[in-house]
Amino acid sequence: MNTTWSRFNITSVVLGFAFLYLPIVLLIVFSFNESKLVTVWGGFSTKWYVSLFHNQGLMDATWVTARVGLISATVATVLGTLAALALTRYTRFKGRVLFSGMVFAPLVMPEVITGLSLLLLFVAVGLNRGILTVTLAHITLTMCFVAVVVQSRLITFDRSLEEAAMDLGATPVKTFFQITLPVIMPAIVSGWMLAFTLSLDDLVIASFTSGPGATTLPMKIYSQVRLGVTPEINAACTILIAVVAIGVIIASLANKRREVQRQLDEQAAQRG
Amino acid sequence: MKSLGSIRRDFTPWNDPNAKPYIQFDNVTKKFGDFTAVNNLSLTIFEREFFALLGASGCGKSTLLRMLAGFEEPTAGRILLDGQDLRGIPPYRRPVNMMFQSYALFPHMTVENNIAFGLKQDGMPKPEIAARVAEMLRLVKLEQFAKRKPHQLSGGQRQRVALARSVAKRPKVLLLDEPLGALDKKLREETQFELMDLQQNLGLTFVVVTHDQEEAMTMADRIAIIDKGEVMQVATPAEVYEAPGSRFVAGFVGNVNMFEGKIARGEAGAASIDAGNGITIRTDNAGTASAGTAVTFAIRPEKIKVSSKKPAEAINAIEGEVYDIAYLGDMTVFHVRLDDGQVVRASTMNAARITEDPLSWNDRAWVSFRPDAGVVLTR
Repeated sequence: MNTTWSRFNITSVVLGFAFLYLPIVLLIVFSFNESKLVTVWGGFSTKWYVSLFHNQGLMDATWVTARVGLISATVATVLGTLAALALTRYTRFKGRVLFSGMVFAPLVMPEVITGLSLLLLFVAVGLNRGILTVTLAHITLTMCFVAVVVQSRLITFDRSLEEAAMDLGATPVKTFFQITLPVIMPAIVSGWMLAFTLSLDDLVIASFTSGPGATTLPMKIYSQVRLGVTPEINAACTILIAVVAIGVIIASLANKRREVQRQLDEQAAQRG
Repeated sequence: MKSLGSIRRDFTPWNDPNAKPYIQFDNVTKKFGDFTAVNNLSLTIFEREFFALLGASGCGKSTLLRMLAGFEEPTAGRILLDGQDLRGIPPYRRPVNMMFQSYALFPHMTVENNIAFGLKQDGMPKPEIAARVAEMLRLVKLEQFAKRKPHQLSGGQRQRVALARSVAKRPKVLLLDEPLGALDKKLREETQFELMDLQQNLGLTFVVVTHDQEEAMTMADRIAIIDKGEVMQVATPAEVYEAPGSRFVAGFVGNVNMFEGKIARGEAGAASIDAGNGITIRTDNAGTASAGTAVTFAIRPEKIKVSSKKPAEAINAIEGEVYDIAYLGDMTVFHVRLDDGQVVRASTMNAARITEDPLSWNDRAWVSFRPDAGVVLTR
């Protein structure tokens, strides 16, 4: 394998990473800007972070986003897991192909259409738009992602584990809660995290389905930017990036550690 | 007394007309769609028996086991356990436990929790569970691995955990699905004897499914040979080997030489068989086959002697040419091509280190055997 760095390689790597990360780096740098003007560097300061916490509007929006994210991710995880179970276990029911197609359709559906159709539905049934409607919309959006993640785990699930549990005297319900659920739990957790992240950064569907008093953080940021970018928004976004980055790093570290532990265990087993 | 090489202890309930059957398959049929996995099969297994279901993959033997465990219901017929019809009883209420081919150990539980799982389902008090788990761990010699998870164990250790878990509840019947299939040859041989000891010590009824005839012969009291969802023969290992009931069984279990022919003359079990090309075989085991019947004469390789000269006293001796020799250490296998083209396999124990009558490739040789060495098959 060629391991030397050619000029072409270096150029493509630099360009690629610059393309990916330059905007984010700029955003983070300018969140520490002393100046009120976003594009002019006026020295280092953290004052925008302080003022951020005194901005009631932003704090309210953060709270709304957190509540919507937690509730919608949890409900979507339950529904998505059930859908995945039905799709992998009951492979011979009528209309299975249609059903699985329909569960996964929102994956590729333009968000504008999902948002608009949900809005029409809420109006039609006379549901007042607010935090409830945003939550329902996010459940619709994220459920299929959970279903995909959990289903891919269930396909490789060894059914003889469940048979063994029943053979040893566990009823089907006990078998599900004591064997099936714990074994597929990692997939359910990553499904939940995916759903939570999707809910966290959704702007389009939230804009369609939210009402007064239910402004989510992305909506708040977007509306403030229209009045001009303030360093405060930069600070808010930097915190958001930090939260997501920490989450991703923890998840991958935990994964890595598990992998290393498993290899050590297997080596120990080889030695007896 | 002459007997069919049986070395077993005095345990033959199948010969006792008063013995009560423990497991009964009663005209059982199982269909999956258009495919008939088990076809109108009847079988009787006795208490404390070590029973083997032997057959090639896809012959329906695993389906039989799964019906006994309750994972499948028969399409027709019934299965009785200790006189009770099992139809409609779910797996978690049947007094049988199964050891799975994949072991199916619960990956998120430690070894001791795996073993305790079935006991907890029964609501056994905690101290009793702890005592039973300790006993099971001792039984399979895994005391120091109690706190490990399955992925921290080697293949052989996992097999023992699976075994301990399946016998922990003291089931009436233990079902074993290819229990040694995933082990390497040496470990498999050791474990065969351990399984036999375990079955003796616990006094359980074992039903084992295997495609490995050697495994079935070593462990089982009786073997049922299954083909295409039907029982071909049920007998002790010695009977299956020495008195196969059909050409299929003779060919399936062990190596065999077969001569097609016709009974030329026979009285009281003894007969001459005209095997064509001037070969006449004299046998004592013709049974009730009468003159003119088309039969197959089957003889095992170790019952055939190969020599460079025609043995003076031999009743059956056929001339041919040494075609192949395989030296295996403990024995030597000869392939002798008879003058009519048929190849006969003969094996000789290498009891002495030095051979008196060395044979080599392309030597003329005689194959000879006694009149009681082979069997006559009509099916």
